[in-house]
Amino acid sequence: MKISKSPWLLHYDASSCNGCDIEVLAATTPVYDIERFGIINTGNPKHADILVITGGVNAQNATVVKQIYSQMPDPKVVVAAGICACDGGIFKDCYNILGGTDTVIPVDVYVPGCAVRPEALIDGISKAIAMLDEKKQAAIEHASCQIHYEDKED
Amino acid sequence: MSFQQVIYPSLAFILLAPVVGLVFSGYDRVLSSRMQGRQGPPFLQPLYDIVKLFNKEATVVNRVQTAMVIAFLIFSVFTGCIFFVGSDLLLVFFALTLAEVFLMLAACSTNSPYSSMGSQRELLSIMAYEPMTLLTAIGFYMISGSFNVSEIINRDVPAIVELPGMFAGFVFILIIKFRKSPFDLSTSHHAHQEMVKGVTQDISGNVLGIMELAELYETVLMMAIVALFFITKNPFSYVWAVLACFIVYFILILIDNVFPRVKWEKMLLVTWGVTFALGGANLLILDMIKIAEGW
Repeated sequence: MKISKSPWLLHYDASSCNGCDIEVLAATTPVYDIERFGIINTGNPKHADILVITGGVNAQNATVVKQIYSQMPDPKVVVAAGICACDGGIFKDCYNILGGTDTVIPVDVYVPGCAVRPEALIDGISKAIAMLDEKKQAAIEHASCQIHYEDKED
Repeated sequence: MSFQQVIYPSLAFILLAPVVGLVFSGYDRVLSSRMQGRQGPPFLQPLYDIVKLFNKEATVVNRVQTAMVIAFLIFSVFTGCIFFVGSDLLLVFFALTLAEVFLMLAACSTNSPYSSMGSQRELLSIMAYEPMTLLTAIGFYMISGSFNVSEIINRDVPAIVELPGMFAGFVFILIIKFRKSPFDLSTSHHAHQEMVKGVTQDISGNVLGIMELAELYETVLMMAIVALFFITKNPFSYVWAVLACFIVYFILILIDNVFPRVKWEKMLLVTWGVTFALGGANLLILDMIKIAEGW
C-alpha cells in the first residue's frame, strides 16, 4: 500500500501577507475539501509529511523554517505556495528578506500565484504526494545498497 | 476456565479487533465529512493512515517514551482479552486505567510543554470519567450478582431494561474516552487546537502507529461494553447489540460535530453531574426495588 494515500500537511506562514494563508485554509473547506485525498492539516511537524510554506523567508524565521523541516520524519516533501515562497515575490528586494523558501531548505514543488489559487495549490500538493512514494522507494533502495556495501566490507 | 476458553477468544480479539476498529474509524471519517457537507476521505482512510505511519521513521525523543507507548498497546490488548474471555469487569476497568497511565507517562516523559499539558489534561479526563465506569460495573453486579462478563451476558432480560441511567451515563463518558469534542481536551484528531496535538505531540512515525493501533483496540473494547447492555441468552440479541453500537457511535460523531471544546472545569462538573444524576439515581432505584422485593 502506498504511503501517499495518507499525506498529512503542515502549513507554516514564513512572512506571508496572509493572502496565500487564507487560500491554503480555503483548500481545506467543504468547497475544495483536500481531505478527500486523505490530507489532514496537522499543526505538528512530527506528524507531517508535506510542509507547505507561504511567504518569503526572512532573517528572523530562517532558523524556524530549518527547525520545522528537521523535525519532520522522513520521507517528507516541501511545497512552496505562492510567488513569495517561490522566490521572494514583490518583497524580494527588502533588506530583511533572504528570498524564496529554497534559500534555507530544499523545495520539491513550486506553486506560483499571488495569491496562490486553491486549485493550483491542490495540483501542487497532488504532485508532492506522488513524490512521497518516489522518496520512500529511493530510501528503500538506498538502504539495500548500503547493506550490499556493508557485506562487501566484511 | 480451561486453556481453550482463554486462548481462543483472546486470539480472536487480537486479530479481529483492529479490523472492527477500522470499520468504526472509517464510519467516523465518512460520516463526519458528510455532516460537514464535504465529500471526505474514503472509508478505508484510517487503514491508509496506519499503514503510512508504520512506513515512516520515528523521531524518538527519548527511550522511555517508545517503551511507554508499547506498554500502552500491550495493556490495551490485555484489557480487551480479559473482557472477551468473559472475566471480571472490575479488572477490565482497572487494567484500562493502567493502560491510560502508560499513555500519560509517555506524554509527560518529554520536554515538550504541549505534551506534558496534554498529559495533565488526560489525568483530569480520567478523574472525570472514572466514577461512571465504576458505577457501571456496580450496576452490572447489582442486576446479575456477578462481575463476570460471562455471567452478565447469561441472563434473560437485557441489562439496559434495568440500567437505562447507567447506559446513558456510560455513553456520555464515551465522549471523553474517544476524545470527541466537546471533551477532546488532551488531544484531538481534528486539526489545530490550542496545544497542537497534546498527548501525541512528541509521538511520531511508527510509534504513533502503535498508539493508533492501541486506540483501535480500546474503541472495540468500549463498544463491546456498550453491547454488554444488550446481550442476553438469546443469540438474536447480538444483532441488537451491534445495531446499538453503531447508533451510539453515530450519536458520538454527531456530538463531536455539534459542540465546541469546553474547559476542564466544565467537563468535570458536567460529567460528575451526569454520573450522579443518571448513574446514582439508577443505582438508588435498583436498590429500592431490591429492598421492596425483600419484603
